[in-house]
Amino acid sequence: MSSPILKLIAQRIALGILLLLAISVLIFAGTQILPGDVAQAILGQSATPESLANLREQLGLNDPAYVRYFHWLGGVLTGDLGTAMSSGQDIATSIKGRLWNTLFLAFWAAVVAVPLAIILGLIAVRFRNGWVDKLISGLALASTSFPEFFIGYLLVYFFAVKWQIFPAISTVYDGMPFGERMQAIALPATALTLVVLAHMMRMTRAAILNVMQSAYVETAELKGLSAFAVIRKHAFPNAIAPIINVVMLNLAYLIVGVVVVEVIFVYPGMGQYLVDHVTKRDVPVVQAVGLIFAAVYISLNIIADIAAIVANPRLRHPK
Amino acid sequence: MSNELEFLSRRVAAGKLSRRDFLGRAAALGIAAPFANSLLSSAARAAGPVKGGTLKAGLVGGESTNSLDPALMMTQVPFAFGKCWGEMIVELSPDGKLENRIAEDIGSSKDAKVWTLKIRDGVEFHNGKTVTAEDVAATLERHSDEKSKSGALGYMKGIETIKASGKEVVLTLKEANADLPYLLSDYHLIVQPNGGKDKPDAGISAGPYVVKTNEPGVRHGGERFANYWQGDKMGHADQIEVIVINDATARTAALQGGQVNMINRVEPKIVDLIKRVPGVTIRNHAGPGHYVFIMHCNTAPFDNNDLRMALKLAIDREEMLTKVLRGYGSLGNDFPINAAYPLFTEIEQRKYDPDKAKFHYKKSGHDGTVLLRTSDVAFPGAVDASQLFQQSAAKAGIKIELKREPGDGYWNEVWNKQPFCASYWGGRSTQDQMYSTAYLSTADWNDTRFMRPDFDKMVLAARAELDEAKRKQMYHDMAVMVRDEGGLILPMFNQFIDATGAKVDGWVDDPHQELMNGYALAKCWLQA
Repeated sequence: MSSPILKLIAQRIALGILLLLAISVLIFAGTQILPGDVAQAILGQSATPESLANLREQLGLNDPAYVRYFHWLGGVLTGDLGTAMSSGQDIATSIKGRLWNTLFLAFWAAVVAVPLAIILGLIAVRFRNGWVDKLISGLALASTSFPEFFIGYLLVYFFAVKWQIFPAISTVYDGMPFGERMQAIALPATALTLVVLAHMMRMTRAAILNVMQSAYVETAELKGLSAFAVIRKHAFPNAIAPIINVVMLNLAYLIVGVVVVEVIFVYPGMGQYLVDHVTKRDVPVVQAVGLIFAAVYISLNIIADIAAIVANPRLRHPK
Repeated sequence: MSNELEFLSRRVAAGKLSRRDFLGRAAALGIAAPFANSLLSSAARAAGPVKGGTLKAGLVGGESTNSLDPALMMTQVPFAFGKCWGEMIVELSPDGKLENRIAEDIGSSKDAKVWTLKIRDGVEFHNGKTVTAEDVAATLERHSDEKSKSGALGYMKGIETIKASGKEVVLTLKEANADLPYLLSDYHLIVQPNGGKDKPDAGISAGPYVVKTNEPGVRHGGERFANYWQGDKMGHADQIEVIVINDATARTAALQGGQVNMINRVEPKIVDLIKRVPGVTIRNHAGPGHYVFIMHCNTAPFDNNDLRMALKLAIDREEMLTKVLRGYGSLGNDFPINAAYPLFTEIEQRKYDPDKAKFHYKKSGHDGTVLLRTSDVAFPGAVDASQLFQQSAAKAGIKIELKREPGDGYWNEVWNKQPFCASYWGGRSTQDQMYSTAYLSTADWNDTRFMRPDFDKMVLAARAELDEAKRKQMYHDMAVMVRDEGGLILPMFNQFIDATGAKVDGWVDDPHQELMNGYALAKCWLQA
């Protein structure tokens, strides 16, 4: 490792932090332009002028927006996300468990989906344009084209109602034995896998095929390497950057885009938490969740960038 | 009924014959399965409750913003879980009578202004403390405090003083109210140590289950309370669990897959499909809940009674009942009371009459469209119902313009704000309660802006009247007034449609609320 790489990485991270700051401004501004202010939303129809004034004072709503923004940001940086308005609970505490659940589900979905997608992509390239390729692409595309709720309901119908192999609902809780927990998340993890599989598979296939056009692949073929060896040794390593990119994109989706799946399978993750609080106009919670989602997105993208940089031989071996 | 079958059903109940063998024998005797099943469950009931197991319910109506504070309970999950851990002062029994619980006896002065509750001996809180008159008084105080956020505050405001002395709590009312005991059965009034003034969300009361798990929006769990004062009547399962399942499809799947033993809110459109699932029983029964279209009587063009009457006559109730509720409900008659109320009287049924509607519409002098706001959250099938309304009104020459509002914010931005919209009411336990909540001029939830001093007077007079025949007549007159002059269009009363799985027993239909008035988990048991 030498300095150009480190410098590039440092740049990316700094950029990521800047971006996150910009997003925090956007989120804050976005919640400010919602109709009615927070105090009005809390008190609803029973609001009297006095109680509104009291609550505004209590919530610090009389301060100018930028003061409130920095107050909020300061809290976030010290790990204090504030308290939920609707239930008075500490947001950081409630989010911790939820975030952990979402990450748990995303992790296991990724453990299945990523290798499967890449292997299927490799196989598709090996038998490109043959029936195996077409079958893989066809099935993957079909599973992606269905809306998530449809896939979810199909899985529930067959695996939970008809054959009763897995539970229909995935309520997990603290202290649940690992085996039971895995059984509980089997169906949502499968649904998520099916949803993200095709995108990664198709990108893997396309990226490798792209490389396959290169002269050095032709050389490799000419020197008599088997088709798989060509792909594995020469094509895949050179296609790794775009593949990592799409993998990261899908990982981010597994974390921030699972609202529908969480609702269908009654999984206590971030998505459900967000939905509950959006309907209650619980602004501090929405802000906190929005910021966490943005952070996840940005960090995964940074990781993808860094991986691409590291995978690039021209940067790894500077002149 | 054949003696052999009855004998066999008792053997099943006693655990000496398997259910499957019984059904086989019944089939051989030419008895249809549903009948054989009902025979079995009555035999099982006769054999008495079975102790043990975990009873689970998958319910809609829970959010991560829920709290165990009884004052803040609003939706179905806190309500049903509250009945498991909470103990009430009085309760309504399934046949509509009052059942004394923590109050052993309730008596009133002749003018129905001073009420005395005698507190039962030897009822124990989950924390080991004995329930005293002071605890009951403190509970009532907390819920009647002007500053409290209690859902029961509306009725409790009528109490002037609350005094505990010895074993008695004495309540003095501002105005006479013959219905006070019914009001005390409000589900918010769970008796808590010191009224919950110290820690309202501690989840401690004297109910059959002790709160063990409380993860709002996810699940709630309870363990049988060993010292429950009525252990033979309630608390049969060792443990109970409420799992929040807001998605209707997921809820039915959980019941079919056996993850839960009972669910609430089965959608009318899928009832017939669910009925075919082996082992699943649909528990539907009438209740006071109703689906409505509400007009503000003080806002143009709805401030004209002819226009209101035109719209009332332009709705095809029968079509709506068959198409939206699939028959799981009953016809409404533009006043919010039905046979679920103790002092109900029949009034001639209003029917769809396009010609009469046309006449009143002309007379109102209004032409042009009428804007109706609707949304899926107003009631299940509200958008379809609104479209049916639009079509039936069109035949009477009335143009209704539909505006589909987003579900998010509907209750804040549309209901009780806009002059004409779709909505629903869960009903109340007495007519006085229903009218006081939504039809008194001063009511917080007067969502039809029905402001009639003469009507208010009738409500107050009926409240103080102890002669039942006279009261009935008064309520009849009030109903006629709301029906003919109010801003309420009430096409149908909905039923509660719950469903239970194969092993659930002990179910008793209760007209007051869904899930046996919330007691399903506390009163049912799992067959051995």
